[in-house]
Amino acid sequence: MNTRQNKLAMLVLNNASLLLFAGVLTVFAAQSPQFLTGTNFANIIVQSSSTAIVAIGMTFVLLTAGVDLSVGAIMFVAAAVAGKMVTGNAPIWPALLVILVIGVVLGGVNAFFITRLKVAAFVVTLATLYLGRGFALWLTETRAINLPPGFLVLGTDRWLGLPLPIWILALVLGVAHLVLTRTPFGRQVYAVGQDVEAARKAGIATGRIFAAVYVISGFCAAVGGILSLAQLGAVSPTFGTNKEFSAIAAAVLGGTSLFGGRGKVFPGTVMGAVLIQTIENGLVILNVNPYFYPLLTSAIIFVAVLIDSLRASLLAKWNRRWIRVEEDLISNRS
Amino acid sequence: MITFEGITKSFGGVPVLRDVSFAVPPGRTVGIVGENGAGKSTLMNILGGNLQPDRGSMRWEGEVYAPRNPRDAARRGVAFVHQELNLFPNLSIAENLFLTTFPKLGRLPLIDRATLHRRTAEWLEQVGLTHPPDILVDRLSAGERQLVEIAKALSLDAKLIILDEPTTSLSAREAERLFALMGRLRERGIAMIYISHTLPDVLRLCDEIVVLRDGEVVGSGPRADFNIERMIALMVGRSLNQLYPERRAAPVEKAGEVILEVRGVTQPGIVRNVSMNLRCGEVLGIFGLMGAGRSELARILFGLDPCEKGDIRVAGQSVFGAPPRRRIQRGLAFLTENRREEGLCLEATIAENITLVSLRQYQSNRVGLLNMGRLREAVNAIRGAVRLTPTAGNEAPVKILSGGNQQKVVLAKWLLAKSGVLILDEPTRGIDVGAKFEIYQLIHELADNGAGVLMISSELEELTGICDRLLVMRRGEIVAELRREAFDGERILAAALGETVETGAP
Repeated sequence: MNTRQNKLAMLVLNNASLLLFAGVLTVFAAQSPQFLTGTNFANIIVQSSSTAIVAIGMTFVLLTAGVDLSVGAIMFVAAAVAGKMVTGNAPIWPALLVILVIGVVLGGVNAFFITRLKVAAFVVTLATLYLGRGFALWLTETRAINLPPGFLVLGTDRWLGLPLPIWILALVLGVAHLVLTRTPFGRQVYAVGQDVEAARKAGIATGRIFAAVYVISGFCAAVGGILSLAQLGAVSPTFGTNKEFSAIAAAVLGGTSLFGGRGKVFPGTVMGAVLIQTIENGLVILNVNPYFYPLLTSAIIFVAVLIDSLRASLLAKWNRRWIRVEEDLISNRS
Repeated sequence: MITFEGITKSFGGVPVLRDVSFAVPPGRTVGIVGENGAGKSTLMNILGGNLQPDRGSMRWEGEVYAPRNPRDAARRGVAFVHQELNLFPNLSIAENLFLTTFPKLGRLPLIDRATLHRRTAEWLEQVGLTHPPDILVDRLSAGERQLVEIAKALSLDAKLIILDEPTTSLSAREAERLFALMGRLRERGIAMIYISHTLPDVLRLCDEIVVLRDGEVVGSGPRADFNIERMIALMVGRSLNQLYPERRAAPVEKAGEVILEVRGVTQPGIVRNVSMNLRCGEVLGIFGLMGAGRSELARILFGLDPCEKGDIRVAGQSVFGAPPRRRIQRGLAFLTENRREEGLCLEATIAENITLVSLRQYQSNRVGLLNMGRLREAVNAIRGAVRLTPTAGNEAPVKILSGGNQQKVVLAKWLLAKSGVLILDEPTRGIDVGAKFEIYQLIHELADNGAGVLMISSELEELTGICDRLLVMRRGEIVAELRREAFDGERILAAALGETVETGAP
């Protein structure tokens, strides 16, 4: 066992997305002078803000070794209800509040089935996905709802020179980072993700932790939904479709393990979300055929998941039981 | 401190603890020794609230003590330092210590890091660790983690610390450090229970010693009453409730050619330089204590785990590096120690399980479909051969069978595959006495019909009862080989423990 080689391999695996990011930037910058401008970067961050926020919520769930497939559907349901409200001439602020409440409630529904009825998270959130999308399609009669211009202000207004979505992202990110790194709850999330049984033995109320992460994920999906709405200006029948995959991809690209217990929202998850957006942005600038985007994005996600598995199997190999080899043991002590 | 009074516990009718009574005086260290399966862990699980006794009671400082769960036990001041540690490697030392009792910044839900680190540093100092409190546990060695566990126990105000095989993964220096700490804890009046297979350590560290065998206390008293020979003699003993079928005389000489040849098999950290010959018609036993590498060796021989060096030959042909599928074709069979998880498809039927590895032999030539008629005949014939219970039909799921009948299904599977070498890992685990006898008979029949049987067990008596020859493993190496006529429980156990016993006894 060559430890120096091991350390190097771990270093590469642990910082794979950073290396990938650097590589992507170099390639695009070499291809197009437009790419490396401040405006373009602000643009990239604004475009990625919605996914980034959903991915931050997803990170909480992934840290407990769970998964939330319903985030895109939650976005759609919340947006559809809010859209109906504002087209019925309700003011905008209550509509925003309703979006957040719907996010929390649907997250709570997931949490209830997962922690109380012990149904697998994968199954529960998949069911919520189909139920949510079905309900919202019925509500909108599968027609797009165009929103009043008041809504779009959220996506375009600036405060202190920066677009509002960047501020909202910064706020969510800051709070999430603080919760995960500096609160007892956050640290217990990591403990539960590492080993549920050990966490229970240590006296952690594991059920409450599981419930909380799905509610947080639902809430973040709702906030991400608001930003998406403000940027798109309409609720189309495909609103939020596949958001769960880009959110998981962003988190995993950012170094969050699908096996639980490791990962960070900052820089990790946010960097992952920005990286995905950067690639799409670069492809647009380079005029690549849009049908090619999903291929490349999925290839990157595949690599990220592969790296996660590699890291896990390497760790398992290195931590395997090791018999003692010191021959002197018995003679020394007796 | 704590008194055990007539603790009795059985699992599925099999008694594991019988009327166990002894006391741990305050501030004293009590050593518990016994073979694998003597009931040590069950007793500790009862003490720790993981299990409840069927009969008997415990007293804690004179009061009745009946913990319903680990939290009850922790509240009283019972702390475990386990073989597999219960720390979270992805959290810092400080976070591990205060996971449920984080100091907070006033009314805020935020962790007061300054206080957290200061208090952690104080506890670490008491166990002699100088690491910064915010370092991840991942970066600590096994010995350092153990010290963190003890620091955690102290921080929870433990009055009784149970150390279960604490030295198995420690280096000699780390073990010395642990022993020095145990000395300091003893001076502070903390009672300890020390469980170990390293008998000199037990003699050196403990004020009193309790020897368990088959769930019973067979010896207890102050350290002065014991020496290593006496401990081993008590641990082995003789229980008369298990019968073994008679093994016909001198089978080793009669045995046929070598069917399994193992040469210098080495996998770093697991097994080292293991060589052996298994002959047709022979039952070869492998004994070793927990963690000696027995099951790991079996998995390597069958191709389930990697092997770095050496050679493995079945009937003269090397299978080194071959996948299990190829080894099965060459005639290897493997009965795992985890029957329910790895040995059977529990939801599948008896017939499906029996035919699992030999399906190809029952394909009709043209299209490759299975010839169900021939298959059924074969299953029925083999069922008779292993004397599987007739009450369950071929289409009954395996999960409804008793442990003994399930094991017969596994044996039938390999019998049908006409395996020449059977590697049996703990074939009688969790099986009642009557069915055990039948399994022993089957093992002998298999050998008499020309198969080579490699039998791994942690029950010494069972091995001496049915094997022709015995190998003893310790720390991944074969340390002794004995023929049936030279079988001697004390010598075998001594070899497995790494002790030498004067054999010039009467």
